[in-house]
Amino acid sequence: MKVMPPNEIFEGIKAKFPEIRQEGLTGAVVIPKESLLNIARYLKDDGPGFDNLHCITAIDKGERFELAYTLYSMRGHHGVTLKIYLAPDDLNVASLAALWKSANWLEREVYDLFGIDFSNHPDLRRILNPYDWKEYPLRKSYSNPRFITKPRL
Amino acid sequence: MAIIERIPASKLIHKIPGGGAFLTTSENILKWGKASSLWPMTFGLACCAIEMIATGASRFDIDRFGAGVFRASPRQCDVMIVAGTICIKMDDCIRRLYAQMPEPKYVIAMGNCAVSGGIFYHDTYSVTKGTDALGIPVDVYIPGCPPRPENLLFGLMKLQEKIRNESDAPK
Repeated sequence: MKVMPPNEIFEGIKAKFPEIRQEGLTGAVVIPKESLLNIARYLKDDGPGFDNLHCITAIDKGERFELAYTLYSMRGHHGVTLKIYLAPDDLNVASLAALWKSANWLEREVYDLFGIDFSNHPDLRRILNPYDWKEYPLRKSYSNPRFITKPRL
Repeated sequence: MAIIERIPASKLIHKIPGGGAFLTTSENILKWGKASSLWPMTFGLACCAIEMIATGASRFDIDRFGAGVFRASPRQCDVMIVAGTICIKMDDCIRRLYAQMPEPKYVIAMGNCAVSGGIFYHDTYSVTKGTDALGIPVDVYIPGCPPRPENLLFGLMKLQEKIRNESDAPK
């Protein structure tokens, strides 16, 4: 399998899913959350053959949450970053655990720290924090009585 | 200097001049023994544990101080070396391990994290701010991030000094 440059990967997705676009600064592929499963299936099986879901993380931007998926191909040595914009009052997205095994724990981590709900996840529990932990610590709105804020000079 | 004055416990015993015998009290013998045979618990929480492991290895040789027998069970230990960052998830575990240790027991807080939370003091949601915050009494604090093996050995010698100078009243 030959290495695919990012624009070729983008054009390949764009031909099948015209609803996607490219984010300006990062070059990440922004997709609507409804087409996540279809695009993920295409990326894994048909198109560039991404056999490794490297990382899932989230960014709290205040007005929206950004969910970032980093995919990598072990055979072709090329990668792509998918992004999903989520409204803060609708933090729900389909789970990819059935496609990539690594999504299981990665989605649990995002759920633990950001409180994003992955539907059809086999075992959506907290993974890093204690099970009785309240709230989601990496949200910007998070606060805790034990939290000691660093004085800004 | 006579040999007897060179050993750390020389203040606990008195040599009879001109004789091959010495006088002491049974409490002093007990303290000498306690200080010379500390059994630490195998208890590494973060990167300080690597320095603790290095202290136990041949280059630094913690066995010289009689404290080389790291046990995997708290019931066989005298000293808990809290080596590393204490996460909130670990709180109950540390309290339980300390409670399981038989008396007399001592605690060394090794590294800035175990002393006060260290670099995780500010803006961190998941880290306990030191061993004191758990209600565990600490005998020796060793600052450093992480402390070198020499620092741990120095802390151990300070603990031995503390044990040798304990009052005779029961704990």
